[in-house]
Amino acid sequence: MTDASELPVLLDPVLQRHQSRPDRLLQILRDAQDVLGYLSDETTAWLAKALGISYAQATSTRDFYAFLYRENRGRYRILFSDNITDRMAGNQALFKQMLNYFGIAPGKVSGDGLVSVDLTSCTGMCDQGPAILVNEMAIPRMTPQRVEEVCALVSRQVPLAEWPAELFVVEDNIQRADLLLGTTHQPGEAIRAAIARGRDEMLFEMRTSNLRGRGGAGFTTGIKWEACRNAPGVRRYIVCNADEGEPGTFKDRVLLQSYPGRVFEGMVIAAFTVGAHLGLLYLRAEYRYLRPKLEAYLAEMRAQNLLGKDIGGLAGFDFDIEIHLGAGAYVCGEESALIESLEGKAGKPRIRPPFPVTCGYKNQPTVVNNVETLCKATEIAIHGGAWYEAIGTKQSTGTKILSVSGDCERPGIYEYAFGVRISQVLEDCGARNAIAVQVSGASGTCLSERELGRRIAFEDVPTAGSFMIFDAQRDMFEVARNFAHFFKHESCGFCTPCRAGTALLSEMMDKIAEGRGTQYEMNELLRIQAVMKASSHCGLGQTAGNAVADTVQKFRPSYERRLAQTDFVPAFDLDAALAKARQVTGRDDAHAHLGAEA
Amino acid sequence: MNAPRDLPRKLRVATTSLSGCFGCHMSFLDIDERLLELAHLVEFDRSPITDIKHCGPCDIGLVEGGVCNAENVHVLHELRKNCKVLVALGACAVGGGLPAQRNNLDVAKCLTQIYRTESGEVAVPNDPELPLLLDKVYPINEIVRVDYFLPGCPPSGDTIWKFLTDLLTGRTPRIEHPLLKFD
Amino acid sequence: MSDSMNSVFDSANTFTIDGRRVPFKPGQTILHAALEAGVYIPHLCHHPELKPHGSCKLCTVTVNGRNGSACTARAMPGLEVENDTPALNDRRRVLLQMLFVEGNHFCPGCEKSGNCQLQALAYDLEMLAPHFRHAFPERPVDASHPDVWLDLNRCVMCELCVRASRDLDGKSVFMLAGRGAESKVVVNSPTGLLKDSALSIDDRAAHVCPVGAILPKRVGYAVPIGERQFDQATISHQVDYLARRTIPIKAVEPATETEGA
Repeated sequence: MTDASELPVLLDPVLQRHQSRPDRLLQILRDAQDVLGYLSDETTAWLAKALGISYAQATSTRDFYAFLYRENRGRYRILFSDNITDRMAGNQALFKQMLNYFGIAPGKVSGDGLVSVDLTSCTGMCDQGPAILVNEMAIPRMTPQRVEEVCALVSRQVPLAEWPAELFVVEDNIQRADLLLGTTHQPGEAIRAAIARGRDEMLFEMRTSNLRGRGGAGFTTGIKWEACRNAPGVRRYIVCNADEGEPGTFKDRVLLQSYPGRVFEGMVIAAFTVGAHLGLLYLRAEYRYLRPKLEAYLAEMRAQNLLGKDIGGLAGFDFDIEIHLGAGAYVCGEESALIESLEGKAGKPRIRPPFPVTCGYKNQPTVVNNVETLCKATEIAIHGGAWYEAIGTKQSTGTKILSVSGDCERPGIYEYAFGVRISQVLEDCGARNAIAVQVSGASGTCLSERELGRRIAFEDVPTAGSFMIFDAQRDMFEVARNFAHFFKHESCGFCTPCRAGTALLSEMMDKIAEGRGTQYEMNELLRIQAVMKASSHCGLGQTAGNAVADTVQKFRPSYERRLAQTDFVPAFDLDAALAKARQVTGRDDAHAHLGAEA
Repeated sequence: MNAPRDLPRKLRVATTSLSGCFGCHMSFLDIDERLLELAHLVEFDRSPITDIKHCGPCDIGLVEGGVCNAENVHVLHELRKNCKVLVALGACAVGGGLPAQRNNLDVAKCLTQIYRTESGEVAVPNDPELPLLLDKVYPINEIVRVDYFLPGCPPSGDTIWKFLTDLLTGRTPRIEHPLLKFD
Repeated sequence: MSDSMNSVFDSANTFTIDGRRVPFKPGQTILHAALEAGVYIPHLCHHPELKPHGSCKLCTVTVNGRNGSACTARAMPGLEVENDTPALNDRRRVLLQMLFVEGNHFCPGCEKSGNCQLQALAYDLEMLAPHFRHAFPERPVDASHPDVWLDLNRCVMCELCVRASRDLDGKSVFMLAGRGAESKVVVNSPTGLLKDSALSIDDRAAHVCPVGAILPKRVGYAVPIGERQFDQATISHQVDYLARRTIPIKAVEPATETEGA
């Protein structure tokens, strides 16, 4: 417990680092938590006062993000990634092993205030899971031995900075490289090429390339840039969406880890083309370990005049990049929610239109592009739009990076020209018995065996990059249930259908899992999903029921085998509902129980 | 009420009050002289009106009240098993109602607090004749499948009459303004 | 914008709702234009005096075949809007049922009954039961303020109070905090209690709640049950009221002797 009188000493440096700017509230809360371990009401009130904002505003931001804690969660806060791929790799047993070691319940801090252990949404280590986060630092490839090792380090209270570096090694696992991953990067080449082309021609090349956004929605990047350039505004911003939260996706992590030059140069080229002076990279908290390297890279770019003033020797071309960290909220991958988060608020999607290109960060014209999209811009700057347009399919030009995980011999990163068949990817990664592929993550599409001839392309199976493989031994009901839980946890709560619908779907999937489901629930699942799809405010709610609907349709027996042989069963155990009354009355007679037939 | 001419026999109706106040039954009686008309069309099985204690095969079961204890569960199951059509009658059967206002209290704490004597001794009645309380009060559709819902606290006599009229004459019951009330 | 209705209702500025022509002023939303033209579209989080919000989703219509919130979508010439269709009304009924089970809505014990917009929508759409499993959430009541009750059991998270306090009262007393199903309205005060906030009974935020979550004290039954806003006619027949209402939604006047005059 921190004494209130110590707060100024501890937190003034944090405020100074962020110029006491209220719009940096989220970053300030993050940094304050780094200092204090958690953000008590008292701390939050103190910060609100110091920033001149309301206490309710500060708590509303704090309480929105999963990685910001109102109560002490221990000096070591350990989170097990709980994507379906982590489950398939055995994370549940490891999770229990660690809980048992410390003798604590999930999410509860140990008596000595040392440690807490809980589950979290996919951390983007699906090709090297099960993964954990320790105070937001990623540790992949967990095994019983590694759990022992981590437990021992925690028990001995070894500072995280002194833990063996080997624990934190995150592999790239690039299994198939093409245009982007297979070429060498000459720092500054793409920026110089763009400058040589000039703004108008660069935009022309972007449009000619027909490059479409790689974050999932597939909007044409050139049109987005042009709209931003033409929109009235005082300042323009380039935002790189590195909030790669879609379960099963990890290609942006690899690009940021090993190809940061292309990401940042893509931002510089975008800035050059639309006339922006500030870029913001929104990095998901789970990738926090990348930040020091990225900051160092930015410093190097500044030293080489690839960032800062008069970039590339072009007078007046001033642009710099800041890194903002997320704090555990999948919905911030939605571009307007991401902007809200950049402005220090809870990440709730805005009403669109207006779109960020006309009214984005600080209500100014803003380009929000995915990490991979920005990398592609460097290729177009160097080689031109026509060259790029010739690769891939008519409506899906260029290459696409897939994050392959699940039941295969070689999980990792695969880059293909658009148009590749699902079956080809399965062959390349050594997946022999696939019965299903979940393409584009929990919000994507579940393809069954008979659909493996389909192609990865916007005109057939669009994807943000996630490619999770399930073989004949997997239970597709459990896959859908995992996703239903994920969406319940990640719904922002703004609109009715998503807030209530994700909770109902998740509850109903649990009911079926417990053997209490009937055909009634099967029908209900589809009914709720239809309302969510049609009425939700943003893509999260609209797609949150997809996996359930797909599996009900394509893997119906995996549900049916769990159904009760009757027309309706309560969602809870009736006899257990009498337990408390039995206990206080001390009764255990026949009338004090409700049998199975009751 | 004009009954279908070819109605083969009187429909058999059961009614019960679980965790309710009998207000819905009182409201049922509020259909007044129409009761006589009803008597031509239906006969009553288990009901406070007949004092029959257990339900036989029925066409329609009207259930007032939510499910708050073990006995409620038994009675509800008996009606569900015997009635072709089960109707949730009134706010408590539909949503738990007034008794469900205890649902965010711990039932064990409730009992120990209520049955504490001045000297601090706790003596919660434990006679096996007394039905044990469930942890919560449940709307009946959370325990069994329900075919029709008739909200209101209570639904008015006119509302009940309209509902029964529809049901007995083979129309899907429709309750709308001004008969549809939740209070 | 001109004062003259004729000049702004250019013949080009019309669209259709279920085949009926609806004029609009440039910049108006579909819902705004519809209500002014006497066309009812169900809604809960909209109020004519406040900025569009689009969270309850009851006003979801199809616009040229695509789903959208009528309260946030701008009216455009020639749009074809579908509104009063069985499919859309089915969805709306499900949304209402979701709202009913996620909170604790006990109409017989609520003094807002009859004036409640959630209840009125349920009546109008003939919602007979909440259908889904009740969450029975635990939400404490805040009775600390001398003039205003705060009972979040009935909250539907429409943020009308948040917007009214921020945009009309300039106080920002309320804020929606948390995430997902754990979302809840919080009060901006050091204790979290209403009595320690800047809220006054004269604030519009104290009167804007469409349900019974925020209620002025001591006037609950000044208008008897049975004689309230939505007792006389269902909400769909009160379009004029919905279009022109101001906050407070219904002025509460003391009983007078003029009744029956």
